[in-house]
Amino acid sequence: MPTSSGQAGTRPEDETPPETQFDDMDQQRHAGLLGMWVFLLTELLLFGGLFAAFAILRLQYANVFAEAAHHLDLKLAAINTALLLSSGLTMMLAELAAGARLRKVAVYWLLATILLGLAFLAIKGFEWYSEFRHQLMPVLVLPFRYPGEQPAIAELFFNLYFIATGLHAVHMLVGIAILVVMLALVRRWRRPDRLDRQLHIAGLYWAFIDVVWVFIFTLFYLLRG
Amino acid sequence: MTSVVYSENEDRHATPRDYLSGGWSIRSWLLTVDHKRIAWLYAVSITGFFFFGSAAALLIRLELISPAGDLLSAESYNKLFSLHGIVMVWFFLIPSIPATLGNFLLPMMIGARDMAFPKLNLLSWYIYTLGGLFTLAAVIAGGVDTGWTFYTPYSTLFSNSAVLAAATGVFIVGFSSILTGINFIVTTHTMRAPGLSWLRLPLFVWANYATGLVMVLATPVLAVTLLLIALERVLGIGIFDPALGGDPLLFQHLFWFYSHPAVYIMILPAMGVVSEIVACFSRNPIFGYMGMVLSIMAIALFGFVVWGHHMFVSGQSMYAGILFSFFTFLVAVPSAIKTLNWTATLFRGQISFSVPMIYALSFLELFTVGGLTGVFLAALALDVHLHDTYFITAHFHYIMVGGAVTGYMGGLHFWWPKLTGRMYSRPWATVAALALLIGLNLTFYPQFLLGYAGMPRRYHSYPEEFEILQVLSSLGAGVLALGYLLPLIYLSWSLRHGEKSGPNPWDATGLEWQTPSPPPVHNFAETPVVTEEPYAYK
Repeated sequence: MPTSSGQAGTRPEDETPPETQFDDMDQQRHAGLLGMWVFLLTELLLFGGLFAAFAILRLQYANVFAEAAHHLDLKLAAINTALLLSSGLTMMLAELAAGARLRKVAVYWLLATILLGLAFLAIKGFEWYSEFRHQLMPVLVLPFRYPGEQPAIAELFFNLYFIATGLHAVHMLVGIAILVVMLALVRRWRRPDRLDRQLHIAGLYWAFIDVVWVFIFTLFYLLRG
Repeated sequence: MTSVVYSENEDRHATPRDYLSGGWSIRSWLLTVDHKRIAWLYAVSITGFFFFGSAAALLIRLELISPAGDLLSAESYNKLFSLHGIVMVWFFLIPSIPATLGNFLLPMMIGARDMAFPKLNLLSWYIYTLGGLFTLAAVIAGGVDTGWTFYTPYSTLFSNSAVLAAATGVFIVGFSSILTGINFIVTTHTMRAPGLSWLRLPLFVWANYATGLVMVLATPVLAVTLLLIALERVLGIGIFDPALGGDPLLFQHLFWFYSHPAVYIMILPAMGVVSEIVACFSRNPIFGYMGMVLSIMAIALFGFVVWGHHMFVSGQSMYAGILFSFFTFLVAVPSAIKTLNWTATLFRGQISFSVPMIYALSFLELFTVGGLTGVFLAALALDVHLHDTYFITAHFHYIMVGGAVTGYMGGLHFWWPKLTGRMYSRPWATVAALALLIGLNLTFYPQFLLGYAGMPRRYHSYPEEFEILQVLSSLGAGVLALGYLLPLIYLSWSLRHGEKSGPNPWDATGLEWQTPSPPPVHNFAETPVVTEEPYAYK
């Protein structure tokens, strides 16, 4: 676990007053973390509704959906999964480094996390582009030419796929934006105890995006019958 | 992060100034992070929307005075009841008690200086306002005619009205309740005063905490559902369209997964208000405090597994129907425990019929009628007959107006001296409270009979044999309007001319009464320490 314990605050150079509504730093730290956890609960149910819709249609049209999944690029998605899981590790290392007050190390690990995130998005973008080229992107007026059986049902699969991966990509963009801000803050290195807490909260969000991707990967790519 | 707005009132050790003395400039209101001022921002906004939604209801009741559809075309009638539903559910009832009284009182009741996230609190009001603007845009664009439920495939394929603008408004306003929910949960968990253990919390705090949980867990599902509706309408994605392989019933599942718990978002805070009032005006501790706490949490929990009772006749499987019916009967148990405990609290109490108490006792009557008729509807076979009739309309208005609105009005009258430091005119307030009770029964009781006789909802014309009951109902709406307009007048009047109330005019327990009225900016001169159980009235 990253060190977000109270001892860090006892060092004189780290001392910061809590915001006015809190009694002390510990209370503020606890509130911030709990706030992020509750927010993630909300996010979980946002994706949960989508996954429930997918699950119902997947059961209803088991064969067509399993067949359609073969037209997704499993290799690229597997690479992406590896990238994103690694970024979870580098994020954790950045938190540990900040907890140990190693500013430079923290900067490098944060940078690595951001680069891994960007690489994920680049590959995802390429994947979307190749689906567009194969005319498997049923968005707006784009032509949809699905070679398998029951193209109308397969279209449903691809629609859900683009909604789920699109919503996830939006979350990735938000996550990367947060990490860029954190990078700037860590480089500046004021109030390290506060940075420590903020990094931990940012890390929770990043970990959540990882977990959602694991579910998307499993549901859309691996359930191919 | 810099705290800009606190700075002008920052000095904690100076003589406490009340939260209204910070000035009346627009900036002091629109940039405030004080939970008490944000509560007022919400109170003014929801009052505006309430009268907007009421105007639609008034037109509906006017149309229904005569059997022929002569005042409004069928189309305008559809748009009016849709508007009434959308505005009342999302822009009045959902935020009503939590965002106003809850916002104001929750930190005070737990002895805190503010919410855990004051800026998110303000942001939630701005999001609410933005959502409201979209809804107004939908009205200006000609209105929406889908009903407040946006059922597919009508809403996605056929309706020619402003579905997209209205759905966007509701989508946006959802995030304001999510932020409120997060604030309630985190504040209750982390900011209780020393000695204030969970089982010493006032039931109003428990109720708002449970409401926060429901808001956080249910609202995102509505968000994703409306997102799918919007995508389906714009891009022609067929998730809910049977012609494209989609499933319209799936929409109803997702929609009611939010919208049934939403009923508990409306009623739980009202239950919290009633607990405070009943204990105070019978000078008795709440009977069965622990049972009350467990019931609140049970209602919040069971609320998530009953959504299918909206779909008994929609073609879901019979076995699902039986299960949902069972859970719906089950949710009546904690509700009944609460009602019995309130009644037992009255037993051998020194009851005084102050204005808030009249509202609380009205709540008991109205909630009992609404709750018991809900048990009728939980029965599968009976629901086949009563589904989509006026019986349903009457049932949920007894809960939403009789429960949630009555609770809100009771709370407003109970805590008004705390909110403003002033007392309102008690005779006028008594008249208004009785008008609400009588008007509500007169409006909606005839609708039970109409529904039982088989009159379906959502028609602007009807056979002549229903005329007497419909006219009675419209008459009741007139009395009800009096019950809403009077408080607007005498409460506004009291702001300037009401007598000063002092810190604790009702001689009530609870931390919020131990600080001046109106409270100082940071609520308490010093953090209170709690040494006794809640409701120590004897």
